[in-house]
Amino acid sequence: MSIRKILRGAKRQPVSLIFSFVGSILILFTILTLFNMIFRQIVLDPKSLLEAANDPTVIKSILLTLYASFLATLIAMILGTPLAYVLARHDFLGKSMVESIIDIPVIIPHSVAGIALYALFMRRSAVGEAFYNLGIIFEDSLWGIVVAMLFVSTPFYVNAAREGFQSINPRLERVARTLGASQWKAFYRITLPLAIRHLFSGAVMAWARGVSEFGAIMIIAFYPMIAPILIYYEFTTHGLKGSQPIAVLLILVCLGIFIVLRMSAKYWERRK
Amino acid sequence: MITLEKVSHEWSDFSLKNVSFNVAQGEYFVILGPTAAGKTLILETIAGFHIPRQGNILLNGKNVTHIPPEKRNIGFVYQDYSLFPHMSVEKNVAFGLKMRKVPKRDVEIKVQSIMDSIDISHLKDRFPSTLSGGEQQRVALARALVIDPDILLLDEPLSALDPRTQESLREELKRIHKVRGATTIHITHNQDEALALADRIGVMMNGEVIQVDTPYKVFNEPASEEMAAFVGVENVVEGKVVSSEDGVALVEIGNYDIRALSSLTEGEVNVFIRPENVVLSKVKLESSARNSISGKITRITQFGATFRIYMDNSLSALVTKQAIEELGLNVGLKVYASFKATAVHVIKRCDEDYV
Repeated sequence: MSIRKILRGAKRQPVSLIFSFVGSILILFTILTLFNMIFRQIVLDPKSLLEAANDPTVIKSILLTLYASFLATLIAMILGTPLAYVLARHDFLGKSMVESIIDIPVIIPHSVAGIALYALFMRRSAVGEAFYNLGIIFEDSLWGIVVAMLFVSTPFYVNAAREGFQSINPRLERVARTLGASQWKAFYRITLPLAIRHLFSGAVMAWARGVSEFGAIMIIAFYPMIAPILIYYEFTTHGLKGSQPIAVLLILVCLGIFIVLRMSAKYWERRK
Repeated sequence: MITLEKVSHEWSDFSLKNVSFNVAQGEYFVILGPTAAGKTLILETIAGFHIPRQGNILLNGKNVTHIPPEKRNIGFVYQDYSLFPHMSVEKNVAFGLKMRKVPKRDVEIKVQSIMDSIDISHLKDRFPSTLSGGEQQRVALARALVIDPDILLLDEPLSALDPRTQESLREELKRIHKVRGATTIHITHNQDEALALADRIGVMMNGEVIQVDTPYKVFNEPASEEMAAFVGVENVVEGKVVSSEDGVALVEIGNYDIRALSSLTEGEVNVFIRPENVVLSKVKLESSARNSISGKITRITQFGATFRIYMDNSLSALVTKQAIEELGLNVGLKVYASFKATAVHVIKRCDEDYV
């Protein structure tokens, strides 16, 4: 498009043009922040990036982060899918309250969530003790990390899944029932396959949210160190020089996974 | 065959009040009513999606009120087709048989034969989103029929289609019913559709079924004022085609004949003439393309902004206030009701008599 064409368009649609310019500031802000750090690390100091990539402690903490968030997402899917379905299909007394409760983790500060989780799951509390008797400990353990990630990522999964189920006409299930499908079969032959893309993208968002959690995990499980905590620890002891390589590495890994998942979802969509 | 006994239920914005009717084996039963009369809810209740608060639903003499939908053997077709978007046409049609654990070989044979008979075989690998409305509705019909349902429930099956497709699918429904003889309950707000297809009509308003009768009686002897206002936009008379020439049929009606544009050459028929197409005059209008029937005015009622003039020849006309004054129309006056042969709609009457 030539400049003249854009200017001519601007005369007819001045609002769209001005909004586009203003709006791009936000996008630039995000890109600049990340790109600046990644560029400085890769171009100006590639050596310490490679060192970080070869450091078993760093690798271990990144893998732990991805794995813990995967577990949290799995739990969110197993418990959240039925919840989302009920919310999408039925009206009941107190439904809007339930929906508000689902959103609570989004609005409370992460440190507050961490303290609340700690108070509930520490060994000295009733719940913590019950789990301890089953051999599950939360304080400074993988399960502490998972439970914190689950707490903050649940809304992302449940809301996406609910929207997915809502977008499917309940008449499809009804027709399936008349054709001889039980309610179970109607769910997994009709509704589930139609909602699966929503569930998948909800899971990706929940997983990404879990990976990015720091505050709540720091309080309930400082050790074993997940990547965000390791980065913070390095920053407080060795400053930018020690923390930035790990940060760049984590970002590259996460972006890579995120892009692959998004692309596979797109590919999937096209094949339909 | 199917009986509803005083079925009542309340939803947040609709309710069914004491709905009772009876549909015989092989009958084509049309529930006619304005939008928001609760017609879809009746069908959904028969299918088993809602358990009525009161009353019973009997299927072949068996009480099925509390039996889940998958055990009722009912075929359901929605206005919006409700095809499974993630399955090909063939898989959509095969779904019911798969749920019934029919052997694979038989599934293929049955699916193929129903698709052939409804003329959708060439679509079998396509997905619903690539089909036209008429094609989708044919697939939905095939999917419902392939399981050999005890009853076929059709929820406004033609309303979402364009007029030409509507016409062809209406013929298709007629043909299917003739060939397979499936007991059918069809709901619609369209009077032409009801007249063309129904053995009997149940008129529904505000959650109540207020009259169940033959099409002729429903349109000529509506049970209430409200109903007359709803169904009363047509003249319906029973007649018999006695001869036919150049596509114009001569229909014998009691003590007079009507010329009508029709391809029929013989048989018992229902004749429809919209009252707004009927012109009243004091002298006979002579014209070969025009019918001019004499009659005495029996009743004059206000119908919206116009007046409806009823005559003893079982015809009625819609006229303006001005016309009443100019012609001096009065109860007892002798007039001629004239209308063109092209304004007459002739439909073959069903021979069987239920009730």
